Amino acid sequence: MKLAYWMYAGPAHIGTLRIASSFKNVHAIMHAPLGDDYFNVMRSMLERERDFTPVTASIVDRNVLARGSQEKVVDNITRKDREEHPDLIVLTPTCTSSILQEDLQNFVDRAQIEVQGDVLLADVNHYRVNELQAADRTLAQIVQFYIEKARKKGELPQGKTETPSVNILGITTLGFHNQHDCRELRQLMADLGIEVNTVIPAGATVHELKTLPRAWFNLVPYREVGLMAAEYLKTEFAMPYVDITPMGVVETARCIRAIQKLLNAQGAAVDYENFIDTQTRFVSQAAWFSRSIDCQNLTGKRAVVFGDNTHAAAMTKVLAREMGIHVVLSGTYCKYDADWFREQVSEYCDEVLISDDNAAIGDAIARLEPAAIFGTQMERHVGKRLDIPCGVIAAPIHIQNFPVGYRPFLGYEGANQIVDLVYNSFTLGMEDHLLEIFGGHDTKEVITKSVSADSDLNWTREAQAELNKVPGFVRGKVKRNTEKFARDRNLSEITIEVLYAAKEAIGA
Amino acid sequence: MTVAQPDALNFDCETGNYHTFCPISCVAWLYQKIEDSFFLVIGTKTCGYFLQNAMGVMIFAEPRYAMAELEEGDISAQLNDYEELKRLCLQIKRDRNPSVIVWIGTCTTEIIKMDLEGLAPKLEAEIGIPIVVARANGLDYAFTQGEDTVLAAMAARCPSKVDNEAEKAERNAIQRLLSFGRKQEEVAQESSEYVDHPPLVLFGSLPDPVVTQLTLELKKQGIKVSGWLPAKRYTELPILEEGYYVCGVNPFLSRTATALMRRRKCKLIGAPFPIGPDGTRAWIEKICSVFGVEPQGLADREQQIWASLEDYLKLIRGKSIFFMGDNLLEVSLARFLIRCGMTCPEIGIPYMDKRYQGAELALLEQTCQEMGVPLPRIVEKPDNYNQIQRIYELQPDLVITGMAHANPLEARGINTKWSVEFTFAQIHGFTNARDILELVTRPLRRNLALKDLGWDKLVKEEARV
Ligand code: SF4
Repeated sequence: MKLAYWMYAGPAHIGTLRIASSFKNVHAIMHAPLGDDYFNVMRSMLERERDFTPVTASIVDRNVLARGSQEKVVDNITRKDREEHPDLIVLTPTCTSSILQEDLQNFVDRAQIEVQGDVLLADVNHYRVNELQAADRTLAQIVQFYIEKARKKGELPQGKTETPSVNILGITTLGFHNQHDCRELRQLMADLGIEVNTVIPAGATVHELKTLPRAWFNLVPYREVGLMAAEYLKTEFAMPYVDITPMGVVETARCIRAIQKLLNAQGAAVDYENFIDTQTRFVSQAAWFSRSIDCQNLTGKRAVVFGDNTHAAAMTKVLAREMGIHVVLSGTYCKYDADWFREQVSEYCDEVLISDDNAAIGDAIARLEPAAIFGTQMERHVGKRLDIPCGVIAAPIHIQNFPVGYRPFLGYEGANQIVDLVYNSFTLGMEDHLLEIFGGHDTKEVITKSVSADSDLNWTREAQAELNKVPGFVRGKVKRNTEKFARDRNLSEITIEVLYAAKEAIGA
Repeated sequence: MTVAQPDALNFDCETGNYHTFCPISCVAWLYQKIEDSFFLVIGTKTCGYFLQNAMGVMIFAEPRYAMAELEEGDISAQLNDYEELKRLCLQIKRDRNPSVIVWIGTCTTEIIKMDLEGLAPKLEAEIGIPIVVARANGLDYAFTQGEDTVLAAMAARCPSKVDNEAEKAERNAIQRLLSFGRKQEEVAQESSEYVDHPPLVLFGSLPDPVVTQLTLELKKQGIKVSGWLPAKRYTELPILEEGYYVCGVNPFLSRTATALMRRRKCKLIGAPFPIGPDGTRAWIEKICSVFGVEPQGLADREQQIWASLEDYLKLIRGKSIFFMGDNLLEVSLARFLIRCGMTCPEIGIPYMDKRYQGAELALLEQTCQEMGVPLPRIVEKPDNYNQIQRIYELQPDLVITGMAHANPLEARGINTKWSVEFTFAQIHGFTNARDILELVTRPLRRNLALKDLGWDKLVKEEARV
């Protein structure tokens, strides 16, 4: 058992539902107790979805516990098939089905006899994989199912498209800024003269899946979802893939060069160097920004980054490599893929944190006192408590992270967006401190920058007043260093003298 | 609008394929209500994910609740449940020092038959903190019924007698709440304002301001509320003795009512619920009648409230409302809104206890007759898919529904109000009738404001479902 207050990645079935509901005309039926269809609320709320989320539950209740759910599951599948004629129904196990150990595959086989569409059992185990891993698997599973089906029927199209083309794998519903990223990637491909063969799963139909092998290569923009499908297509059809996330100017160029190499290996003879150069120097503002005085002022500022593998790694590189910001800690909650993360970020930060315990990250932030945080909604709240600005760069996210306006994180426009996000986070913080230095705020109580306890030490009124004169952004640190100094010397009261003695002793 | 009326309410039961919150959501409001409690939900990531998302920003306010997340070792019984729970509860004791730990059993603890009721007393004795067990899972219950299971378990913990004077003072929280810091003598003198009647304890968790309002409302009739289940603190749970009278304030508390009657030998006052001015008046009248008190000034009080609601009533009179059903407040709300002049073709409801809700159902019937509108069809365990087909046919002016359906219905030009707001808003008593109508009329007012834009249908024709 684990005491948990907050989780970064959701349970496995959420991943499967994200894939299923991303496709067009695919319906998911959860094998779950009443109340587990909360996914529908999230999708309807966060994505402000106009259509009913194609997810229903085959309810597990007392009767099911007593008698088994075979009849019910089969009935629910055939009913949905009749009502809405989906191309595919994905039976989705939950934590509850994982322990009931019913033969769900058998129910699927039974139902398949009676229905028009296809029926699949998502191959995910609640206790083995999380939301992201499950999404990756389910996508691969559906791809494989339809490739094999087409092959059996002899419907697999032969050969490649005439001009270079790509499949974009892993754009999903409830993914962080996925819809905007997708549009940006399509634009990028168009600029490069690459035809988009298909995008999956978002907005695709399962009938399109058999055409996947016609593309010259696959692009997997996110580390978490799409790689398994790309690997499968590579094994089956020797399709190469690019898995460099085009986030930030440098990585976008790297991604484009990788694409160039793949295409040229297949005889395309393309040269993207000019495009990269023009985009970098004149179209995108990000490179110019890094040269500008604004960015100069950010040099050496300390930041903490935390998120999923894709965004935390890319953000770390952007901050360190493109803006000269000092990343004191970079972390991910994708524990299952930690080696990759370490390898990506190690040279760009002081410290790497692999954890899905929100207290560990909160404490690290309190300890390091960065000038800005780039993290999830959880880190944003840690920042609020500690008075440190935070830019949100990864799920878990709230409704405000599903903007209506165009906000990609990928590609050249994405790089512009990141500049705004970073710059605004830092200047907001700076402005606050300046206001405080010039007494623009009401005198506030000093906030201890530790997430846990208040201090047990007594500050005299004079010492407190003196402390209040210290600019906000270092006050917490001065306070803590002074208290440590006092504690080490067994002093229970902090006077002005102690404050200055501490400053001299430890340079607080 | 006088259609041929069936003379009795019509009850249906559908497939139970509907959307609602899992009952573990009750921790969200109960941990705030019971200030010295800690709620430990013993379940999986699924439960945690639901709570985290359903509670939104509350999650960041260092809530006094946590998940005991079960891992594979717990499921396969490789780990010892008792030792695991002890470890976590000691950690909670160390970090938060609560006066009670409430264990919320979930689907998983049911299926693997973890004996929480058996483990709790042992652990309680060992760590010295009361442990209350409530099995509020999605296999058996819906949404607000979670509170019912917690309160039913708490009922067993109410003291039957308190000897010690200091503790007696502590238990007397309601009086303290009402005396607003006045001196002892004044308060003592005040007690003569009450009629002599057997002790009355109310049950149902309400925000403190509403507790005060309802208590004062009864005080006007000379009726004294001796205690309230739950109280602000676990250490202030009311005294319950055989022969005490109890009365519910919410329609979803049938297990609590049963526990109070069977196990604590209390007498249940079956009344309509104090939702809307009509409901509040009927609730007070029923309590008065049990104690042989002639209610004073109630008719005027109700009349005044109705008069003050006129601006809202104008907006909804003659309009129809459809309850998809997910929180068990449906019958009381429908009854109030019919009195407001609305019609209601269908009341969906997760579960219908015809005995506990008997007085409310009778008032609903009477209201329909008096208002000359057809009796609604009450659909227990509704089927959301079928309901949506019926909504397309009926085209109601307003649908009360969960968030899963609200946006899609709005996109199809159907006004909706999110049902969960009724559980969190203050809707009880005379004072809060306005708040209910504020909620009910909000979509109508919003859509009235936008009506000339010609944007009411925002999906293509073929996208019906
Ligand atoms: S329905 Fe069961 S498994 Fe799902 S959240 Fe509720 S208690 Fe947990």
